[in-house]
Amino acid sequence: MSELSTNAKKVIEEHLGRYPSKQAVTLPALHVVQQETGCVSRKAISEIADILELSPAQINDTLSFYGFFRTEEDPLGKKRVWICRSLPCMLRGGEELLAELCQRWGIQPGQTTADGEVTLELAECLGACDGAPCMLVDDELTLRVTADDVEKQVRGNK
Amino acid sequence: MSNDNFQPVLLARQNKPNSHTLASYQADGGYQALAKALKMANTEVIDVVKASGLRGRGGAGFPTGLKWTFLPKDVKGPIYLCINGDESEPGTFNNRVLIEQDPHQVLEGIVISSFATRTTTAYFYLRYEYGRCYRVLKDAIDEMYDNNLLGKNILGSGYDLDIHLHRGACAYICGEETGLIESLEGKRAWPRIKPPFPAIEGAFRKPTVVNNVETMACIPHIINHGPEWFMSMGIPKDPNNPRDAGSYGPKLYCISGHVNKPGLVELPMGISARDLIEKHAGGVWKGRKAKAVVPGGISMGFMSESELDTPLDFAGPGRVGCLGLGTAAVIVIDDHTSMVDVLYNACRFFAHESCGQCTPCREGTAWSTKILERIRDGRGKLSDIDLLLEISSSIGTIPGTTICGLADGAAWPMKTAINKFRGEFEEYIKSGRKSESRSLAGAH
Repeated sequence: MSELSTNAKKVIEEHLGRYPSKQAVTLPALHVVQQETGCVSRKAISEIADILELSPAQINDTLSFYGFFRTEEDPLGKKRVWICRSLPCMLRGGEELLAELCQRWGIQPGQTTADGEVTLELAECLGACDGAPCMLVDDELTLRVTADDVEKQVRGNK
Repeated sequence: MSNDNFQPVLLARQNKPNSHTLASYQADGGYQALAKALKMANTEVIDVVKASGLRGRGGAGFPTGLKWTFLPKDVKGPIYLCINGDESEPGTFNNRVLIEQDPHQVLEGIVISSFATRTTTAYFYLRYEYGRCYRVLKDAIDEMYDNNLLGKNILGSGYDLDIHLHRGACAYICGEETGLIESLEGKRAWPRIKPPFPAIEGAFRKPTVVNNVETMACIPHIINHGPEWFMSMGIPKDPNNPRDAGSYGPKLYCISGHVNKPGLVELPMGISARDLIEKHAGGVWKGRKAKAVVPGGISMGFMSESELDTPLDFAGPGRVGCLGLGTAAVIVIDDHTSMVDVLYNACRFFAHESCGQCTPCREGTAWSTKILERIRDGRGKLSDIDLLLEISSSIGTIPGTTICGLADGAAWPMKTAINKFRGEFEEYIKSGRKSESRSLAGAH
């Protein structure tokens, strides 16, 4: 059975027409797979490599460069929360916010809560310094957040 | 110089209802510049942009029109335009606001620039974190295809163009133009050795121009109002310095850190950091004083309080020992903050974001972070101060030991923090005190 979903294959196919090389579709392919499955499995890497006419090692070379992508040993939770720790956020409590969330959820940056709901990440500058400290949930920014705001937005009443 | 009568140009349409839609943009005269440019010869468009003195807004300040002339004249086959929307320099957020609020202004600039450079495929490289920007741009591009502003025979001119959005994956180095190109090609974002420069051999080994988002937003206004209008704003070139290209036009200043009103402010180039903080950001917060100010993103280094009257144009920050104007992202640090902690934050950023290709950068950024960890842990030695300075003068393109400028950006915060605040580092080490322990610092 194919590891890549019909939708993932369709997205990859659509992207092939946009670039003069198949390798350029590597990032779009990794993005769609991780979005759907929370990681990029070894089997998915092989199948992407087949479509792009590359070796799995070439895909893995790119994947492993970007800390963004997760392997099947280390999949993401349902939501991915990034807390910024770069200078403008640090000056306004970004590090304390991250420490507070680690304490409340009992995890370290990079880890996922035991119920598999939330993966907490530390981020370098998220580009929302006018609203420091800021967070990114999946790919949506929220400005001027407190630990309570974060809990409310990503954990609901849990 | 008074800026009291200045009317925003790039931010003129902020906060209008539906400012991101094509209908709203066209109601304000949008795409008239494109119609005008398409009736000109492409070389005339380049001449207008050259004459305006527009310099790239992404950090290096290279004259935009001149960059376009480096493309080979007789090239057969494609030329690519890459838009650098990987805005990741700490303190910088102007691309985000420009795209979210007024995407068509940026896109009109891209179509005009593509026409000028004879590009028929443009790639818009956008950092992954800007998901809202991605969706706004996607909708805006769809509107353009539906209205003959993209695709075949744009506005009946015979000119064809496609714009493709390409999302990054959270790596600062993709803002370096050849790192961006490698990433676009599906590889790890290792910057290329130059020459060849992208204009000769860039994306997919074809002639390529890489331009910043804010630079693109300036283009329609230059076509509409002419180079003289653009040059009426900012700081003219220094007649005694033949290498100075001047600092013309409006500029987006991002203000963050310890001010009462952080935000994005548009002003003619050349306002001082002091005026920016006091008149446009509500002053330093909590009634405190500024200790240090970053003039243009963390990689430019620090200005001390006594240097705040320096004009923030392309030449100003360099005169007080900073690397340059950078992205004009002004980060204000108050007098209750330790420069040891601030420098540690900067060094940790570069250690995290070094791509690892060049040994001096990979090792230098990591070791400077470790030395500062040691100092913050109360185990620093006075000789560590000179060790940090030695590292800072050994890494980067300026000493000639690395391929790209990331390490220069890592070096400048070290140089300027230590040279301007040396007493504070000495006092910190002698006292043997510890910064508030943050065990998370090394967790990633």
